[in-house]
Amino acid sequence: MEDTAVVVAFYVLVVVTLGSALMVATVRDLIHAVLFLILSFVGVAGLYITLSADFVAVVQVLIYVGAISVLMLFAIMLTPRTGRDNASVPFAAPIGVLAGLVGAVIIFVAFKTEWAKADGGNSFETTAAEIGRALLDPFVIPFEVASVLLVVAMLGAILLVRPGSGGDAG
Amino acid sequence: MLPLLNWYDFDPIREFYEWVGDNTADEVVYVLAGIVGAVGIISFAGLGALANVWLERRIIGRMQVRRGPNRVGPFGLLQPVADAIKLIQKEVLQPRASDRALFNLPPILVFIPAMLTFSVFAWAPDLVYADLNVGVLFILAVSSVTSLAIFVAGWSSNNKYALLGAMRIIAMAISYEIPLVLALLAPVIFAGTMSLAGIVDFQREVDVWLAFLLPMSLFIYAIAATAELNRTPADIGEAESEIVAGFHTEYSGMKFGLFYAVELINSLAVSGIVASLFFGGYSLYGAEEYIPPWLIFVGKIYFFYFGLIWLRGTWPRLRIDQLMAFAWKMLIPMALINIIVAATEVLLWRELEWDNWVLAVFAVVNVVLMVVMFGFFFRLITRNFYRLPRRVRLVHDISVPSLPAPDPAASS
Repeated sequence: MEDTAVVVAFYVLVVVTLGSALMVATVRDLIHAVLFLILSFVGVAGLYITLSADFVAVVQVLIYVGAISVLMLFAIMLTPRTGRDNASVPFAAPIGVLAGLVGAVIIFVAFKTEWAKADGGNSFETTAAEIGRALLDPFVIPFEVASVLLVVAMLGAILLVRPGSGGDAG
Repeated sequence: MLPLLNWYDFDPIREFYEWVGDNTADEVVYVLAGIVGAVGIISFAGLGALANVWLERRIIGRMQVRRGPNRVGPFGLLQPVADAIKLIQKEVLQPRASDRALFNLPPILVFIPAMLTFSVFAWAPDLVYADLNVGVLFILAVSSVTSLAIFVAGWSSNNKYALLGAMRIIAMAISYEIPLVLALLAPVIFAGTMSLAGIVDFQREVDVWLAFLLPMSLFIYAIAATAELNRTPADIGEAESEIVAGFHTEYSGMKFGLFYAVELINSLAVSGIVASLFFGGYSLYGAEEYIPPWLIFVGKIYFFYFGLIWLRGTWPRLRIDQLMAFAWKMLIPMALINIIVAATEVLLWRELEWDNWVLAVFAVVNVVLMVVMFGFFFRLITRNFYRLPRRVRLVHDISVPSLPAPDPAASS
């Protein structure tokens, strides 16, 4: 990680991610806020790439930018126009102080921890294959539980939009 | 990777890179190769977009028993140039109530995934721009950005038709992304790697194209990609007779030109994916020692692009509910069963270490399975199709007072 290109890329990505995260909280229009959130997702994907986690980075783009952002945009579209002002946040100042305190605690702990240094090898196997093996050998139970959770979510969605039951008045 | 060094390899360029690398550092060669490769890809995509305009209009015209454009140059060959000049000199309109910052973003944003898809293709044995380990997944990830750009386009136009068109396209895009991903998983299972160069190498090693082993995967991918590209028969989002022009209603001039060009470039990219994953990429059963592999690859890309044009010229447009029913009720179960079958076959082939001739058996089994499943699912989803819905849900039930009986004594 001492390569200059990697360090420069890291700082650029950090500026992009943190800058867009700041804009999410401060910009006036809610749709602009979601678009800046999408930009911060892309920045996080770039940070994954600087850590050589290629599979995680691509999956981050695929899931967050491709699916979750669309979900959030749909949700915003379904709110009435008066509820879409990002600037009218109640208790803005106390929340800002609280967020700053949380950030300070995290930064302090990050500097204080004695991180175990990886000893400079670029030679680990392909992350996708490793993640696949890990999901099927040590982590098979969380894998199966996650699929059950997805099935429950899909059933809930289908139940909500069924005609006759649910919130339909007709 | 199996190297081939023949008369058509880019030896002058290679020697130039080595000369630069000897005189300066290695990073300079890296950056230089990156720039040269990027310029090459962008020129291929740009010239491809230019040629595709002419190809589409001419071939669709021929299929519809008329001549295509034939006025502008010999055989209408300068038609794309005329189109480009026309689009450039148009007035740049921006609706006043539109979102000023967001309005100019989508034409740029929709261009990026189209270009990024070309960067993982394997044009020749050692001619890959970015040999990513997760090539296939990378293509899927960047193509999911397109739907986001279309939403921003529809939203920032401040136009109900644009928003409606954008919503339809997004619903279709996220519905067809699932069979797309599942269909592309089967070649990855067979090849054991997600990089496109690796999959082409696998097809060269076992001397059989994955299209013969996994016909259902090819079929599902072709349909899902046509829907993702918003081409007929799935171009409900841009149908002129339905919602003016969908999400690019408010875009005039070259912005619309960019949307149109990106649709053509995306068609080339999808043809490239089909050629790489299913039809052997740059290999042609040994002919790549005599013909340049990149020429074979480009030929295959344009062959499948001709297939896409053929689809557009002959099939009518499907309704949105027909498209959604097709995706959710037919393509997803078929894709899932395809994955199970492919995984079982790969398990039997590799774990029991059978010889490669079992692949022929697998191919026959897969074709039979495809026909059977088609028949089954087709029967399943067309059974209720001719029955109208039980309740018309868009209109409240109003009670119409019955008209009085016609008076026979009234004079007409």
